[in-house]
Amino acid sequence: MDRLELVCPAGTPAALRAAVDAGADTIYCGFRDETNARNFPGLNFSREELAEGVRYAHNAGVKLLVAINTFPRAGEPEKWHAAVDDAAKYGADAVILADLGLLAYAAEKQSQLRRHLSVQAAAANADAINFYVDTFGVKRVVLPRVLTVQEIAAINRQIKCETEVFVFGGLCVMAEGRCALSAYATGRSPNMNGACSPASHVVYREEGSDLVSKLGPFTINRVKRGAPAPYPTLCKGCFSAGGYEGHVFEDPVSLDAATLLQEFAKAGVTALKIEGRQRSRSYIQTVVRSFREATEAQAKGLPIMANELKRLTEGQTTTAGAYAKTWR
Amino acid sequence: MTARASLTLGPVLFNWPADSWSDFYARIADEAEVDRVFLGEVVCSKRSPFYEDRILEAAERLQKAGKEVYLSSLVLVTLPRERKAMKELAEGAELPLEVNDLTMMRYLEAGKAFAVGPLVNVYNEGTLAWLAGRGARLVCLPPELPIGSVASLAAAGGKAGIDTEVWAFGRVPLAISGRCYHARIHGLSKDSCQFVCGEDADGLKVETMDGEDFLAVNGVQTMSFTHASVLGDLEALEAAGVTSFRLSPHDCDMVEVARLFRARLDGRLEAGAAMERLGALLPEARFSNGFLFADYGAEMVEKAERQVA
Repeated sequence: MDRLELVCPAGTPAALRAAVDAGADTIYCGFRDETNARNFPGLNFSREELAEGVRYAHNAGVKLLVAINTFPRAGEPEKWHAAVDDAAKYGADAVILADLGLLAYAAEKQSQLRRHLSVQAAAANADAINFYVDTFGVKRVVLPRVLTVQEIAAINRQIKCETEVFVFGGLCVMAEGRCALSAYATGRSPNMNGACSPASHVVYREEGSDLVSKLGPFTINRVKRGAPAPYPTLCKGCFSAGGYEGHVFEDPVSLDAATLLQEFAKAGVTALKIEGRQRSRSYIQTVVRSFREATEAQAKGLPIMANELKRLTEGQTTTAGAYAKTWR
Repeated sequence: MTARASLTLGPVLFNWPADSWSDFYARIADEAEVDRVFLGEVVCSKRSPFYEDRILEAAERLQKAGKEVYLSSLVLVTLPRERKAMKELAEGAELPLEVNDLTMMRYLEAGKAFAVGPLVNVYNEGTLAWLAGRGARLVCLPPELPIGSVASLAAAGGKAGIDTEVWAFGRVPLAISGRCYHARIHGLSKDSCQFVCGEDADGLKVETMDGEDFLAVNGVQTMSFTHASVLGDLEALEAAGVTSFRLSPHDCDMVEVARLFRARLDGRLEAGAAMERLGALLPEARFSNGFLFADYGAEMVEKAERQVA
């Protein structure tokens, strides 16, 4: 069986080099502005850094993708158009887009530049995907994290492009690109600003024997002082509803689908995506190396061991998320 | 201003008993001062069988009462039976559609007029122009957009012959998931949910651990705890070029809600008096207009302290 393509994040040039050296097949990154969905301070690439990153990747036979996957702001599309134009100019292998208008722009103005559909477009079935393929010439779709492996297999039988699935890292429980929870509490959202539950709106406060973490005006977690205090990502918080008290939406877990690689390959998936452009160089190095080994085993038809990355993951527990039907 | 701004009654987003659903639309047809009504299941396809055989009857009654009727599509389409249902909806309907997921673009005949719901990502003029080219005539903008973006889009919409609508009343849909939170809260899974969402006609309140009212759960959908209300902001929104206002059905006197909005749009009622009457209709509710006018969605800004961008 073909080895699954390993698509790895790079938030900085150093992380890019680490991922390339650790065995990534493809790198994805973004420009240093709100055109990408990981618009965090100190992260992402200037134009010069991108040009250098493309050279470094291509020298190693690795592809480089540019994520331009927020939704352009009304009245100021220029920044997003420039991102598409510059990705082409500096030799990126593809752009990852979510917005209809931007897809139309890219298909018209940079038709030779390969287009991938971002998870932010939330194309969750074969008909939606084929619409993007036929209309905008999309060559690959990053599947929303609401599908089971069986559903992914069925989709692959009915579409005319490649699929990429998330395999490791942060886990959105909501359909991405369709979530305004963060904007409700902070005014900053993934779609508009490329930020969810931003650090600028987080406050940790000691109250008696408790440590409270707030997002905007709302308490997201309250733990005993001394206990590990999770970052107040809105959908991973502790709330009460209908007599239930706890993680109403999702436990503070992260995704690890390493044991599903054979199933993904059988389901016709082309590429595996690792989340985490905000992660450190050493994290990237460890995760990429581990998944490179896992994909080598997958290609040889060998069993894949549950990997040893657990200590790196958020909340130290992992889930296969929506890939297993019981998650719903 | 030029034309008279219109009022849209959005689809019922909650799981109401079928008889309540029918009674609700009968009364809307007979009494509500709304210009158009959207019918159909948007949130969860498992709810459809309970009332889908009643939709055409409700549509006829609404049309006889002079209202434009649209059929709404599902917001998240994943299962084969959902795709089949959406395809049939697009191909079979004599009524125009409200597109709530771009899957529908695959099924819609080119050039056929349609409306775009608030859960489709229309954030900029490029997207609006593309949708206009495919036949969009009415676009309800995503509720998280600030007034500045609304004004830009309304200007572009006006030129393209599109009515620009904003979310004017009701709990704001904030997220959709593959997972059912109503089921999860009740210790059930989505596949064996026992339709527990039917217990909460306006959604189930979610509080923070400090007892603050925060969100509301509606099956696979997460909504704001607050009810959006722009009853005090209609002049600002009309000045920004908004031509239609969406009222989202709640388990309250929606005929009176529509009457308050109509009276405000017609200049027959002051903002303060209107908001007081709306508050009396929903004594438990808290209102917000923060996505449009404040730093974050949950806030409510009174006119005096607002800075219109």
